[in-house]
Amino acid sequence: MEERGKALITVRDLRKSFDDEDVLVGVSIDIREGDLVSIIGPSGCVKSTFLRCLNGLEILDSGTVSIGDVTLTRTSPEERPGRAFMEATHELRKEVGIVFQGFNLFPHKTVLENVMLAPVVVKGCGREEARNEALRLLGKVGLEGYAHRYPVTLSGGQAQRAAIARALAMSPRVMLYDEPTSALDPELVGEVLQVMKDLDDEGMTQVIVTHEMRFAREASDYVVFMDRGEIVEVADGDEMFTAPRNERTRDFLRHLVGVLP
Amino acid sequence: MRRLATALTLLLLLALPSSAMTAESGILAWGGDTEGGAPYMFQDPRDLDSLIGYEVEIVEALAEKMGLEPRFVQNGWDNLIPGLERHLYDISIDGLEITPEHRDVVDFSMPYYVTYLQLGVRRDNFDINDLEDCRGRIVGTLKQSYSQFVLESVGGVEIRTYEDEVNAYSDLVNGRLEATLFDAPIALYYGGPMREVKFVGPEIGRIEYGIAVRKGEEELLRAVNGALLELRDSGELRTILERWNLWNPLTARALEDYGPARTEPVMYTRWVADLQPELTWKDRLNRYLSFLPTLGRAALTTMKVSLASMVLAIVLGLVLALLRVFGPKPLSTLSMLYVETIRGTPVLIQLFFIFYGLPNVGIRLDPFTAGALGLGLNYAAYEAEIYRAGLLSVPKGQMEAALGLGMTRNQALHHVVVPQAVRLVLPPVTNDFISLLKDSSLVSVITLVDLTKAYGQLATTYYDYFGTGLVVAAIYLLLGLPFVRLARWTEAKMALSLGVPGKGRKKENELDLHHF
Repeated sequence: MEERGKALITVRDLRKSFDDEDVLVGVSIDIREGDLVSIIGPSGCVKSTFLRCLNGLEILDSGTVSIGDVTLTRTSPEERPGRAFMEATHELRKEVGIVFQGFNLFPHKTVLENVMLAPVVVKGCGREEARNEALRLLGKVGLEGYAHRYPVTLSGGQAQRAAIARALAMSPRVMLYDEPTSALDPELVGEVLQVMKDLDDEGMTQVIVTHEMRFAREASDYVVFMDRGEIVEVADGDEMFTAPRNERTRDFLRHLVGVLP
Repeated sequence: MRRLATALTLLLLLALPSSAMTAESGILAWGGDTEGGAPYMFQDPRDLDSLIGYEVEIVEALAEKMGLEPRFVQNGWDNLIPGLERHLYDISIDGLEITPEHRDVVDFSMPYYVTYLQLGVRRDNFDINDLEDCRGRIVGTLKQSYSQFVLESVGGVEIRTYEDEVNAYSDLVNGRLEATLFDAPIALYYGGPMREVKFVGPEIGRIEYGIAVRKGEEELLRAVNGALLELRDSGELRTILERWNLWNPLTARALEDYGPARTEPVMYTRWVADLQPELTWKDRLNRYLSFLPTLGRAALTTMKVSLASMVLAIVLGLVLALLRVFGPKPLSTLSMLYVETIRGTPVLIQLFFIFYGLPNVGIRLDPFTAGALGLGLNYAAYEAEIYRAGLLSVPKGQMEAALGLGMTRNQALHHVVVPQAVRLVLPPVTNDFISLLKDSSLVSVITLVDLTKAYGQLATTYYDYFGTGLVVAAIYLLLGLPFVRLARWTEAKMALSLGVPGKGRKKENELDLHHF
């Protein structure tokens, strides 16, 4: 892990629990601008919850999340998230795009309208401008001919690429992906991963919760292994998958067929 | 007799603003129910735009004596007295009995007519000859009437109450009833012309009809009594009653006029002649065609009230549902309370409350507004529940995706969640409209003449519930038809754009539904 730039995302002692179950028990990490980070780990809600705390879809119980100039901070779960906190959350979301496992495209709108909606509604872009930008982004993810289709008529891979274009339309500084390829037929996974690789080449900062170990190993700047509410190990791809230092990491990887010898 | 065409037409076309109805100089606004039927007041079978009846003639003569222009205001018979208190009209005349209960709430003029109850049986029945014989028998009468009270006081009578006399006499003829007990004028006009019916027994009880005036309006009451006395003294009142074959010893004694009959019962003869039951199909068809202007106006009222209340229900229902699902706790609870209260009480009582109750706190709405408001507020509760189901069935991920794109909660609701919920609920909401179209018949209790009310009026006038009923049912069907089609259409479109399996994939390419 050499220093390439300053941290764009800073997380300090992030804690979150649902009812009585502690999901995050003190997570700290710095993610630099332009990094592509894969988060791996056993199934459960730990990785997703961490990701969703980064854009405020889950409200953190305590700790600090900073992205760029926006900081969310809370000292304890008893502290009521006030107006300032909610406004910061809203600001944060404008900086951060998120892509879901189930796409969550708006079914009542065409692909083009899906991509145009947020710039028009949130940023107040003119329709013409938003439309041109949307068409450009659709071209970028390989969906030139699909602008006027409804989401229901798309394949999973196409839908997920449309969802990425939709998130990109807000010009975010960070893209979050919550198991973006888990709902896809195997032959469609590649086209979505390729889009993320292209974005990495352009310098986009991306955090991906994934089960695609080969992608995590080959495309990531580094890989984060999370388990039982905390970050267990951070290492670059080759190191993580060939010589993990932590026993829990080894345990996890050993159970994935063909990853560890 | 003078025509009331103008007044009636006006009433059918417009919802009359209540404040304008009363205390207007030169006008005597009087309330009655045309569905009450012959001989009181009813649409002339020979000219449906014209209102006739002995009470109509009395009130016109009365107004002339008072130097006022009579103006008729339609209201359901049960509500004539509340309508008077609500200042819908100055006086009410429609066979209103002078009873202690009525006297508690309104003042009455001197009686202008005195009558009694008449027992009727089938011609071949020789077992029932008076009230005492009715014990253990099935006897029909009008609901909530003096005759019902009399039957109850006999004891042991199986009483069947009816909304209208025509059906009671039909049931007497077809054997469902063994006897009927009605005010003599009703018996004379509805039972009298039937060959299978005969009247038995003595005059029962004593019923005095008076003109109702709001309490405390001494001056008006004096003027009405003065005019009635003039009509008695000049013999005009007796002439009217004799024209309608209603003069009887009780009235003679009450009006102290004992001379022999002077006038032919021309109006009664005319009524019987018009009852010709042996109509050819062509005659029938022509008669039904002549109903169309009346029914058309009524259908327009039905449609206007239904549309206005549906718009209100759809908008308010959405607001209620949004508050319930997404609002802060206190508002959410309020919304729930509203829905449960409104759903848990009869819409009829809500309409009464709005129209007759609210004036007590200074809110006086005209009948159309009150009707649309009442039905709209009621249906909003049902629509809210439909919307709520719709909102809850939009996947949670939709809200999250919208928030994730930087939208505020309200923007997400407006652009993402609500449009989908609305698409989902369009078919059931359209369906509800068809049901509202029929429920709108309730507005007749607050003086609006809608299709159902017009049906009652025409059926009473022509003694024809069967044929008129078919015609009116057909009109309801026709009114509802566009909405049935709309419901189908919305269902099909919804399948397309929300990707309901089966229909959506048929046209994979070039869906042109941007604006749906």
